[in-house]
Amino acid sequence: MHPAPSVILFTTLSGLGFGLLAFLGLGMPGSTGWVAFAFFAIAYGLAVGGLLASTFHLGHPERALKAFTQWRSSWLSREAWVSVAALLVMGLYGAGRVFLGAHWAPLGLLGAALSLATVLTTSMIYTQLKTVPRWNTALTPILFLTFSLAGGALLAGQIDIARVLLAVAAAAQLAWWVRGDGAFEKSGTTLASATGLGPIGTPRAFEPPHTGPNYLTREMIFVVGRAHAKLLRLVAAILAFAAPLVLLSLPFSHGLAALAVLGHLAGVFVSRWLFFAEAEHVVGLYYGKR
Amino acid sequence: MTLLPDRTEKKLGLVIDLDTCVGCHACVVSCKGWNTENYGAPLSDQDPYGADPSGTFLNRVHSYEVQPETGPAQLIHFPKSCLHCDDAPCATVCPTGASYKRVEDGIVLVNEADCIGCGLCAWACPYGAREMDAAEKVMKKCTLCVDRIYNDNLPEEDRVPACVRTCPSGARHFGDLGDPDSDVSQLVAARGGMDLMPELGTKPVNKYLPPRPKDGLDRDIDVLAPWLAPVAEDPKGFLGWLDRALGKIDGKTTGGR
Ligand code: SF4
Ligand code: SF4
Ligand code: SF4
Repeated sequence: MHPAPSVILFTTLSGLGFGLLAFLGLGMPGSTGWVAFAFFAIAYGLAVGGLLASTFHLGHPERALKAFTQWRSSWLSREAWVSVAALLVMGLYGAGRVFLGAHWAPLGLLGAALSLATVLTTSMIYTQLKTVPRWNTALTPILFLTFSLAGGALLAGQIDIARVLLAVAAAAQLAWWVRGDGAFEKSGTTLASATGLGPIGTPRAFEPPHTGPNYLTREMIFVVGRAHAKLLRLVAAILAFAAPLVLLSLPFSHGLAALAVLGHLAGVFVSRWLFFAEAEHVVGLYYGKR
Repeated sequence: MTLLPDRTEKKLGLVIDLDTCVGCHACVVSCKGWNTENYGAPLSDQDPYGADPSGTFLNRVHSYEVQPETGPAQLIHFPKSCLHCDDAPCATVCPTGASYKRVEDGIVLVNEADCIGCGLCAWACPYGAREMDAAEKVMKKCTLCVDRIYNDNLPEEDRVPACVRTCPSGARHFGDLGDPDSDVSQLVAARGGMDLMPELGTKPVNKYLPPRPKDGLDRDIDVLAPWLAPVAEDPKGFLGWLDRALGKIDGKTTGGR
C-alpha cells in the first residue's frame, strides 16, 4: 500500500497523543495548574494535529462532517465519533485540572477509556480489510494499542510503567512482523483464485490493461523501498524500543528523557511507514505484482 | 446508508464469457465514453498526450497466459469491472453513506455529492473496481449503466450497459442473476459460471464463464503439409563461403543451422 505521509503522520501522532491523554485521564501524572496545562497542550497538539493531518488525504475535506453519519457499519465513522468524544471529555477534565485544581476521577477514567477506544477504532479501519492479509489480524489492534500506551507512558513521564510497556510493545511488533510475513500466502488468495483460471492451468499476468500506471497501481501496489524492509525494521526497533529502554535505565535527566521520546517517535514513524509499504493488497495479483 | 440490505429485489449484473472475449477493449472505450458524458463526474485523464498518460476507467481488460500441464499455453482476455457484490465490503466501510447498494436491483453506487474522497472503499474492494478520479477527487465505479438500463429516452435495444451493447464478440451479457429462469442465470448454469476470489466472501453478482477446453492437435494439421516442406537449404560454393565469412562477423547464418 502507498505509504501516504498524511496517514503515517496521523496514526503516529494521534496514537501518541491519545496514549498521553489516557495516562492523564488516569491521573498519571496528577499535576494541576500550569504543569497540567503543559501536559494537556502536548497531548492535544499531537492528537488534534494528527487528526488534522488525516484530513489532508481526503479529496473533499469540506464534506468531512458527513463522516459522522455511518457509525452503524463504518469504523472510520466510529473513529470520528469516538475521537471527538474523547477530546471533549478530556477537555472538560483537563479544564478542571488546570483551572480548578480538581481531579474528577470518573470523568478522567471515561476520557482515558475513550482515548484508547479512539486508537482501537483507528486500528480497526486497517484490521477489517480482508484485502490486505498483513493487516487482517487481531494483532493489528494490539500493535496500535501497545504502541499508543508505551508512547503515552513515556510522554507522561511514567518511567517504570513505560519500561514495561515499551517491552510489551516491542513484543507485539515482533509478533506482528513474524505473522505478517506469511500472511499473504496463508490467505489463500492467488492469481488462480482471482481469475478463476486455476482449473485450466497456471495463470500468469501477460499484459496489463494499459501500458501506464493507474490509481490502483499507485495506491495499492507500492514496492519502492521494500527491499530495505529488514534494515528498516531494525532501525525502527532500535529507535522505538531499544534506545528509550537504555536511556531510561540511565540516571534520570530531562535531556535523556526528551531524547528517549524523540527516539521513540522516530522509531514509530519508521514502523508505521513499513506498516503501509510492506502491506500487499490482493488487487496486485491482477497486475502480476504484489 | 452503507449498511447492506438484507436482500435485494433483483440482482442485476453482468456475465462475462472468457471463452469468447477477444480482448479488443471496445467495452473499455464505450464505458469510458458513456460514463464521461453521463451520470456523475466525467472520467478524467491526466497527461493524456504526454509521456506519462493515465486516467480513470470503470472497466479494464487484463490478459493472462494460462499454462496447462500439457499442451500449449492459452491466452485469456479478462475484462474486469465492479461485480456488484451481494456482501459488498466497499459499502460498509464508507463513513459518509456515499457508497450504497440499492434494494431494488442490487446495483452498488456512489453518491458523489456525499463522497469525501477518503479512498477506503477502494482499499476494501478486492477486485480493483473502484478508482478515485484525480481531477474530481471522488470515487468512481461501474454504475451498471444505471442511466441507460431504465432510460425511456433510448431505443429499447440500447437499454443495456454500454459495454454489453458494444461488445463485438457477444462476450458480455446483462440480466437479473437473482432470477433462476433469466437468460443470464441459465447461461451461468449451463457453462459453469464462477465467482472471482470466492474465499473473500464478497458474493459477487457478476459471474465469469470459464474458457471452453481447446481441441487437441493429435493429427497432421493438413493433408498437404508433406508437400509444403521447407525448401531452404544450406548455401554451397561461393555463396556458402560468403555466408560463413559474414557469419563470423555478425554471428548469423542462412539456412537451418
Ligand atoms: S466489485 Fe468491488 S466495488 Fe464492486 S461491489 Fe464488489 S467490492 Fe464493491
Ligand atoms: S471514498 Fe467516498 S465512497 Fe469511498 S469510502 Fe470514502 S467517502 Fe465513501
Ligand atoms: S456496465 Fe456501464 S459502467 Fe459498468 S463496465 Fe459496463 S459500460 Fe462501464
